[in-house]
Amino acid sequence: MTVRARNIIVLGATSAIAEATARIWAAAGANFVLVGRDPARLQAIAQDLSVRGAKSTSIVSIDCVRANARDELQKMVKTLGRLDLLLLAYGALGDKEILEQDQKAIERLVATNFTSSIAWSLAASRILEQQRSGTLIVLGSVAGDRGRQSNFVYGATKAGLACLVEGIAHKLAPTGARAVVVKPGLVDTPMTEAFQKKGFLWSRPEDVARIIARSAERGGPIVYAPSFWGWIMLIIRLAPTWIFNRLRI
Amino acid sequence: MSSPPLIDRDDYCSWGRVVRRRQRVVRPHFFSELPGLVGLPSSKLAIGRRRSYGDSCLNSDGSLIDMCGLDRFISFDAKKGVLRAEAGVVLSDILHLTVPSGWFLPTTPGTRFVTLGGAVANDVHGKNHHSAGSIGRHVRAIGLLRSDRGRLTVTPASEVALYSATIGGLGLTGVIEWVELDLARIAAAHVDVECLPFENLEEFWALSAESVGNFEHTVAWIDCVSKGSKIGRGIFTRGNWSTTGSLIPHKDETWKTVPIEAPSSLLNTRSIGAFNEVYYHLQKRKRKSRLHYAPFFYPLDSVLHWNRLYGRSGMLQYQCVIPKGEARRAIPHMLSEITRSGGASFLAVLKTFGALASPGLLSFPREGATLAIDFPNRGRDTLEALARLDQIVQEFHGALYPAKDGRMPARLFRQSFPGWEEFSKATDPAMSSDFWRRVAS
Repeated sequence: MTVRARNIIVLGATSAIAEATARIWAAAGANFVLVGRDPARLQAIAQDLSVRGAKSTSIVSIDCVRANARDELQKMVKTLGRLDLLLLAYGALGDKEILEQDQKAIERLVATNFTSSIAWSLAASRILEQQRSGTLIVLGSVAGDRGRQSNFVYGATKAGLACLVEGIAHKLAPTGARAVVVKPGLVDTPMTEAFQKKGFLWSRPEDVARIIARSAERGGPIVYAPSFWGWIMLIIRLAPTWIFNRLRI
Repeated sequence: MSSPPLIDRDDYCSWGRVVRRRQRVVRPHFFSELPGLVGLPSSKLAIGRRRSYGDSCLNSDGSLIDMCGLDRFISFDAKKGVLRAEAGVVLSDILHLTVPSGWFLPTTPGTRFVTLGGAVANDVHGKNHHSAGSIGRHVRAIGLLRSDRGRLTVTPASEVALYSATIGGLGLTGVIEWVELDLARIAAAHVDVECLPFENLEEFWALSAESVGNFEHTVAWIDCVSKGSKIGRGIFTRGNWSTTGSLIPHKDETWKTVPIEAPSSLLNTRSIGAFNEVYYHLQKRKRKSRLHYAPFFYPLDSVLHWNRLYGRSGMLQYQCVIPKGEARRAIPHMLSEITRSGGASFLAVLKTFGALASPGLLSFPREGATLAIDFPNRGRDTLEALARLDQIVQEFHGALYPAKDGRMPARLFRQSFPGWEEFSKATDPAMSSDFWRRVAS
């Protein structure tokens, strides 16, 4: 895979998957705007990406969930000159037990994974549409493919997000710009730290990063990471209810 | 931001896979998470990729701080060859970054899958010990986080005692957060290699003496299964960096792996004997060649998880150094003891160390000869055979390598690392390890 040098905005740049992906783009000489809440962490990542070959890095420490997406994005694009790629990688898993009880927790999760992500995605799609080029990549999850007892509130936010990105991809199709939702399966990141990580279903952030980098070049609008999750989720989606309801997944 | 959780894990073993105790592990990803972790009530130990063989990278009574998530570069000066990186960066990734601009690690152990912090904490050495010394000689500064003093920059000028304790200090002087290192110039990514068979140890000493002045890298493989007149035969390998050629770094091939543990009976005297016979005769034919640095320095890295070949019970490695004046007398004793015990493996390596002093109080390399052998773990038989080797090491004033050890008696440790008491004064009160409790308390 050859990766082109580009002007890239990463929302949620301190996430493990986003950082691993940015390293691939850095080696190809990208210009970055790295967005996250913690300036010290962003600084450490920016420094690393520069050593790895990034042509320029600037950091914006804001809370993507609360920020005015449209205004902030315009400022970032001005810094870069133009926008070739926007990776939306922030999100939260939430605690299943708390989510089923506490409305505030639900609102926070929906605001993080869904409401604010819609605002950023739409703001990005307007810019890409005008440019008639560039790609929006949004991190979804296989959890959004069918509601399961283990994490359906989280899954519902990711299902909504996937539907949105598909719609944006549809709208952008005639212009030459693209939108992709990448759906990772089980990934060994700080988000899943409390899980027992045994078995072949677990991937490393670097494995998912390679697939994201590839989806920036081609493919979409839905990409599973790694691809075998496409087959697993096909089976899960197609499983008749009377079988599905017996599964403890 | 909350600190990452401590998780009970049963999949954290060292490379030898003999010790199988549960470990409590926390995996930070940013420096800001570390001070909170160092303040945890139980004892701690920062660890990397766990390529140490025994128990020096385990802390069963306390917790482990897995530094692999701290794997960022901080700066790289491609003109002067100075690199500063977080402790969790793997040597393999350093080479990907620096080889294209003509810089290599000043010295490298036989695997590139160790972290920079781990390399410094074990003061590792390589095939070029006689020309470059151990890696500690090339460390310019260390970022150290202490539970009692906070964040420090440790250099040979600013913190004399702490510097010599931290290099080779097995992570016991605090958390190594970052390291600044001087790299070595290379003109090409290849090594011009010569392989010379030898029939006995006398020939080894002669080859070694003849080579150290003219060759940057020397090492020998010994067939320690063969008996009688063939005892001490092997292949001597020596090489110099090529002066012309490309600067293309290695590729990380991850498809060759040992996916599951082999049956414990796979590696027995007969199968290893057959392997050694074939290997000896194959290598005998190769004389001069030009090799990429990856197969030259890291021949075993092309097979991931090769330690699983030793099966569920794992393996013990025995690496000792015998001082210069004694080595010629001690090594034959050891080889015949090993052949007699019948428990050895195909990995037997012999090399002479040069006179360049190692900077750490617990550094292993010292002028003389070092012998390293893998033993499949057969329980008591193996431990008894190794105890007999301990006798020889002790008699000839040698030392065992803490990074490879999982069993040396405290007495031998204290005799062979006379700086240990001074070292123990410089340790961080919050740090400990299975190894340290075994040899020092």
